[in-house]
Amino acid sequence: MPELTYLEAIAQTLRQEMERDERVFLIGQDIGAYGGAFKVTNGLQEAFGEWRVIDAPLSETAIVGGCTGAALMGMRPIAEMQFADFVSCGWDQIVTVAAKQHWRAGTPIPIVIRLPSGGGFAGGPFHSQNPESSFAHIPGLKLVCPATPSDAKGLLTSAIDDPNPVLFFEHKHLYRRVRGEVAESRFTVPIGTARIEREGNDATLVTWGAMLHLAVEAADALVEDGASIEIVDLRSILPWDRDAVLASVEKTSRLLVVHEDTRTAGFGAEILATVAAELFEHLDAPPRRLTAPDCPVPFAPSLERRFLPQVEDLVTALRELLAY
Amino acid sequence: MSRGVTKLEQPTRLSRETLVSFLEEMLLIRRFEEKVEERFRAGDLSGFLHVALGQEAVAVGVCRTLESDDVIASTHRAHHHCLAKGMTPNALMAELYGKLEGCSRGYGGSMHLYDLATGNLGANAVVGGGLPGIVGAALSFQLRGEPRIAVAFFGDGATNTGAFHESLNLAQLWSVPAVFVCENNHYAESTPSHQHMPITDLSRRAEAFGMHCVVVDGQDIEAVYLAATEATAHARAGNGPVFLVANTYRLTGHYVGDPQVYRPKGELRELRETQDPIPRLRELLGVDEESWSALEADVKATVEASVEFAKSGTDPRPEDALLNVYA
Ligand SMILES: Cc1ncc(C[n+]2csc(CCOP(=O)(O)OP(=O)(O)O)c2C)c(N)n1
Repeated sequence: MPELTYLEAIAQTLRQEMERDERVFLIGQDIGAYGGAFKVTNGLQEAFGEWRVIDAPLSETAIVGGCTGAALMGMRPIAEMQFADFVSCGWDQIVTVAAKQHWRAGTPIPIVIRLPSGGGFAGGPFHSQNPESSFAHIPGLKLVCPATPSDAKGLLTSAIDDPNPVLFFEHKHLYRRVRGEVAESRFTVPIGTARIEREGNDATLVTWGAMLHLAVEAADALVEDGASIEIVDLRSILPWDRDAVLASVEKTSRLLVVHEDTRTAGFGAEILATVAAELFEHLDAPPRRLTAPDCPVPFAPSLERRFLPQVEDLVTALRELLAY
Repeated sequence: MSRGVTKLEQPTRLSRETLVSFLEEMLLIRRFEEKVEERFRAGDLSGFLHVALGQEAVAVGVCRTLESDDVIASTHRAHHHCLAKGMTPNALMAELYGKLEGCSRGYGGSMHLYDLATGNLGANAVVGGGLPGIVGAALSFQLRGEPRIAVAFFGDGATNTGAFHESLNLAQLWSVPAVFVCENNHYAESTPSHQHMPITDLSRRAEAFGMHCVVVDGQDIEAVYLAATEATAHARAGNGPVFLVANTYRLTGHYVGDPQVYRPKGELRELRETQDPIPRLRELLGVDEESWSALEADVKATVEASVEFAKSGTDPRPEDALLNVYA
């Protein structure tokens, strides 16, 4: 199978889906000849023309709301927010209109909003956020956070097929840093299914997005302690794969959730609450979470390093969890 | 109350002394910005940096008409506004280096500069994000009967946001002492204006709200200063807000490192030759080589000192990331 970067996997999927389905079009700032701020859409306007790869003005409300209207009329729009942070400017149209449309009126809204998210580049407080937890509270939306090139492809394809609004969180840090085998032909990864990244017996580590790669490093480090960690890559936040998480924790009796988003009311809280309620008698240790602290993402590299969970932090948290 | 677009005729000349001081300030911004580009390429600076080479006359020309207690709001492209409003090069450079001595204590970086002491309500890297706050600041001056004004800087791209239209509507409806300075550099990132808005004359956007408009050549500092004098006097006198369009050019990439593939071939070179506000003023003033070198030396010393200051600054302590989340 060919190896692709995370970014190439997303680009390939966009291209294949546009070839396959004329209703699919892309809209976003600087996504045309420029290829987007991160170059995900490079070459697509040349291939499909400027009415299928639409350069939009600085108008997030109208971009997202426009996608909703087009979807109602039978199109399959895919919007790019230049940075996930700016989705705040389109919040109303996503949360008030798109998310509630089917429940209110029975009409599906098959839109995908691509959100380059995450920190690690000194982007500062407005260019580094992971807003998935904010949207996790909104019934009617689906949220996916792929960690690998193959899942990026499979989940994006599913997102485009899905009759609901899907927020596709693509982590900027992964774009060019991770490579992996990706099947050339079209395939889907069902939204709402987790993947067992590695099996283990002593503790379960649940994570998603860029943190998966830190989880693997941390679990490797724990092998030296003689501990085997099961890593569950959640992949989808809404709906989330409760069964997979519960099955894993039932086996290991210990849980650590790691996410890059901030702590309070972060999605880790939902997972911990569920595990505590469902598996109380199976647990050998209080379920834990390791997250960013409750503050904006700082600019100074020294501060940002502290803000983002690091491999050492994961190792320490796992050791404490195992030692309980 | 005068409404509509004022086209400035041949402006009355400012004193030579004033113009020379403008030249110094513009050159300082220019060399500062070039230093930022250089230090980024050298790997000293991280993050996303937007410099304002070519747009110095707008920042200096407008800010020189302001009183020290007037306030401004800026954008992702903020260094020139901040320096022109009185932030020290040291405080700015230290921020870009992520140091505690920086204007935002290293928490913000280039796109999130704050300096309330100099009337700087901050850079806001969400495009259009600064305008609503300027309406609120101006409203508070009006409510308290203070003779202060509030000025928003933003680009042509920002005029496509809902925040722009909502802010101008409210400002005019409430007749608050605000000036909206649109730095029309003809591009929003890679997108040329004709591709992001269906009109060429930006002042029509403000006319739709019945707002007084002034349009000026942003590469001519004298013209900018005079236009801004008119605009700020209008707002300060209680005649309502003003929309000031400064037509200008960004003589560099959107961000440091931008390959600028979207520019027509030769455009940048031509603009640099014909639309640079600094040689234009130097020529007007007839500054000779000797005085120019002296000026360059002064500016260089200031900029170098800011880098030294920044490099010897203090890294914020990691645990400090959690400070200041709440008042
Ligand atoms: C709400 C929002 N959407 C998108 C962006 C990404 N972005 C940063 S600068 C920019 C272009 C801004 O153009 P303009 O307002 O004309 O200012 P200029 O860069 O020319 O100074 C874009 C699209 C952003 N910062 N904020």
